[in-house]
Amino acid sequence: MSIPRLQLAHITKRFPSVVANSDVSLTVQAGETHAVLGENGAGKSTLMKIIYGALKPDEGSVLFNGQPVHIRNPQEARALGISMVFQHFSLFDTLTVAENVWLGLDKSLTLQQVTHSISAKAREYGLDVDPLRPVHTLSVGEMQRVEIIRALLTNPKLLILDEPTSVLTPQAVEKLFVVLKQLASEGCSILYISHKLHEIRELCAACTVLRGGKVTGTCDPRRESNASLSRMMIGAEPPELEHHERQPGEAVLRVRGLTLPREDQFGHDLDNISFEVRAGEVLGIAGVSGNGQRELLFALSGEDRRAAPDMIQVGGQAVGRYGPAHRRRLGLHFVPEERLGRGAVPGMSLAHNLLLTRTDAVGRSGWIRVGALRDQAAGIIRRFNVKAGGPNAAAKSLSGGNLQKFIVGREIEARPKLLIVSQPTWGVDVGASAQIRAEILALRDAGCAVLVLSEELEELFEISDRLHVIAKGRLSPSVDRARATVTQIGEWMSGLWVVHALRDAPHPSPLPRGEREQDQGTNHV
Amino acid sequence: MFKVEPRPETSKFWSLASPLLALVITILLGSLLFVALGKDPVRGLQVFFWEPLSSGYRIGELMVKATPLLIIALGLAVCFRSNVWNIGAEGQFVIGAVAAGGVALLAGKDTSRLIVLAILLAGVLGGMGWAAITGVLRDKFNANEILVSLMLVYVATLTLNYMVFGPWKDPAGYNFPQTKTFEAVTQVPRLFPGSRMNIGVLLALAGVVGLWIFLFRTRAGFAQQVGGLAPAAARYAGFSSRKALWTALLVSGGAAGLAGGLEVAGPLGQLTPYVPAGYGFAAIIVAFVGRLHPVGMVFSALLMSMFYIGGELAQSRLGLPKSLTGVFQGLLLFTLLACDMLMAYRIRFLPSTSPAQT
Repeated sequence: MSIPRLQLAHITKRFPSVVANSDVSLTVQAGETHAVLGENGAGKSTLMKIIYGALKPDEGSVLFNGQPVHIRNPQEARALGISMVFQHFSLFDTLTVAENVWLGLDKSLTLQQVTHSISAKAREYGLDVDPLRPVHTLSVGEMQRVEIIRALLTNPKLLILDEPTSVLTPQAVEKLFVVLKQLASEGCSILYISHKLHEIRELCAACTVLRGGKVTGTCDPRRESNASLSRMMIGAEPPELEHHERQPGEAVLRVRGLTLPREDQFGHDLDNISFEVRAGEVLGIAGVSGNGQRELLFALSGEDRRAAPDMIQVGGQAVGRYGPAHRRRLGLHFVPEERLGRGAVPGMSLAHNLLLTRTDAVGRSGWIRVGALRDQAAGIIRRFNVKAGGPNAAAKSLSGGNLQKFIVGREIEARPKLLIVSQPTWGVDVGASAQIRAEILALRDAGCAVLVLSEELEELFEISDRLHVIAKGRLSPSVDRARATVTQIGEWMSGLWVVHALRDAPHPSPLPRGEREQDQGTNHV
Repeated sequence: MFKVEPRPETSKFWSLASPLLALVITILLGSLLFVALGKDPVRGLQVFFWEPLSSGYRIGELMVKATPLLIIALGLAVCFRSNVWNIGAEGQFVIGAVAAGGVALLAGKDTSRLIVLAILLAGVLGGMGWAAITGVLRDKFNANEILVSLMLVYVATLTLNYMVFGPWKDPAGYNFPQTKTFEAVTQVPRLFPGSRMNIGVLLALAGVVGLWIFLFRTRAGFAQQVGGLAPAAARYAGFSSRKALWTALLVSGGAAGLAGGLEVAGPLGQLTPYVPAGYGFAAIIVAFVGRLHPVGMVFSALLMSMFYIGGELAQSRLGLPKSLTGVFQGLLLFTLLACDMLMAYRIRFLPSTSPAQT
């Protein structure tokens, strides 16, 4: 057998409060696409940073092409032929694609040469990118292509991809997979970090599973099932969700022609959004993040009060100008996507964090009954199975999943008439995700109207009764979950629900400008 | 060798121990300072830390100086906890004193004792009004409250000077820039004969209790602090950031103005250009050394007051410049900021080839 491309032997990395990697060994063959599977906090990122030279292991050795190496920084890693595409892009919005790539390269090349090599690489792999476009006009998928091309320009022997599909539409994921398969066939090894089981089964020939910093299994994912992979990843299978048929009741939330200009310059205008959520149904809104979700949620929760009063109606009342506290009294409760800093105050206790949205333990004169507050927090911790040091534990001391359970619990326990949840299981481990989804469905069965915004299509298909898609600040028509397909929703996520697009007047979207510049770009090549 | 590493959680022990360690280091550095100045460090420390406590009268004087510091710091704690950086308490103190002095000047021989209430109220309103200028500029024009409140200190001082050099100058005062001495009825009631301590001490202690209740037992106080700790969470909860801004500025301005009123109608008894004694700036140190906690600030106010008196004594006893007060106050603040690192970080000593003790 040939020499493996990368061998990690007994890697251990300790942080003050946690052992992030404990005796991890891993072997990647040349041309192999190797998955690293694990939940959030399993130690995947730490391991990748060690390979990429951003962290130094406490124990263990790294062999690259059979040679022991001590990679001290990312420059050395790149010199060896290791490239990494991070989950969060590091691109300057105001520069063009070529300028961005040029910045990270050896200065012996001119900008012109870089532009040419970008176009050449793009053609080679069918990655459609115009080097002369400014980055801020690119979609998220296009930005990722830029990052991949940047990585490929160094002709890597090993490419590391960290959760590359979390920001992509299903169609874009397929395109990415074609590129990755081509790369692998040319002999480049790929380390593919993900927690999405079906992707790993489609793409990877080998898989190392991490749990709590330790390797819990290596396998050929093509021969495994989702259930068996999930057992290795979390030690158990997630329980099946029960989805009862239920006849929805009256509309609780009505949004009519919601149009709002953006608040900050990188935001999105909301353009004539209309939908309703009825009692006893879960309405899902899919979409790639950064398409107006943030703005829509601000308008719905009352954090943004610029909407005309009757653009948003809760239980028949026009609430467009009401603040969050007023809307909460009408039964609207909201779980935001950012848990620390928005959904909870990091340094304050769980008990005190109840006071953000709950007033059960507050007397009429504004006096806080500390005992009652603590009991209430303890009750939520018990009922929602939150792992925490108790009601006095600071919010920031909890793991993401447990804090999310507490926040969801805080809003569900208020018996809302309308619950709005953004990214209910973002960064949450599989067990907690299953529990949160089950709680959302139980609330629906109890007759609450639920609106869920999520990037994870799987999740929306699992819990929604109906689906909309938001793209470029506009909302697609609604479709019953039973009749929706991933392909259709995926197309809609790119803004392609043609009927509506044609009917509307010309719209100042960045797309036409982008296309024009793309034409110019091809002239240059 | 040693290594500094972040703690998994902030240390409760060090949040209490850090001010004490800072005090110890301040004393050590202070001793070095005395040595460098050619004085006996033991004698120097005695003057700073023992003599202010050595008699009933001196303890009373300690209280007289601690009272305005504490009152101002209580108000500033509300500001700083809600992320409103009012550092112009000195100006609010001065305008409070001017307003209170203006009312006191109206008193005649047979005015009722109740005028004291009007004097203190005028002080509060004066301070609030001065802070409100910062409030309007921040609220309407998004001006930086740090700069605005600081610059208004100079405007306040010049306003005071204008009054005492101009319209309010005592005609019988040999052209000294000062108002006439206020009538006896305007004197804030004293607590004991033979001491200059007055009911300001009681007001300050009531303020301690009031602030504790507001911060830790009312929803309004909770909302006020959330705005400072996590503005996005305050917006999510529906707590108004404008309300928090105005509450912070009016409370701290009012408190500083009250301190100004108590000062002119108490120990000073007239307006002079020397009303601004730096209490408004020293109170910032009091607030932080006291951890922005009502009870903690009682101790830090006493300590800072001790430095004031120690500085005066060092001048008369040891022939040292009075500015030693400022040096000690500054040392304490800097060492505290340095010691606070121990709350979030710990130092681990590593066995190494050269076993140096650090």
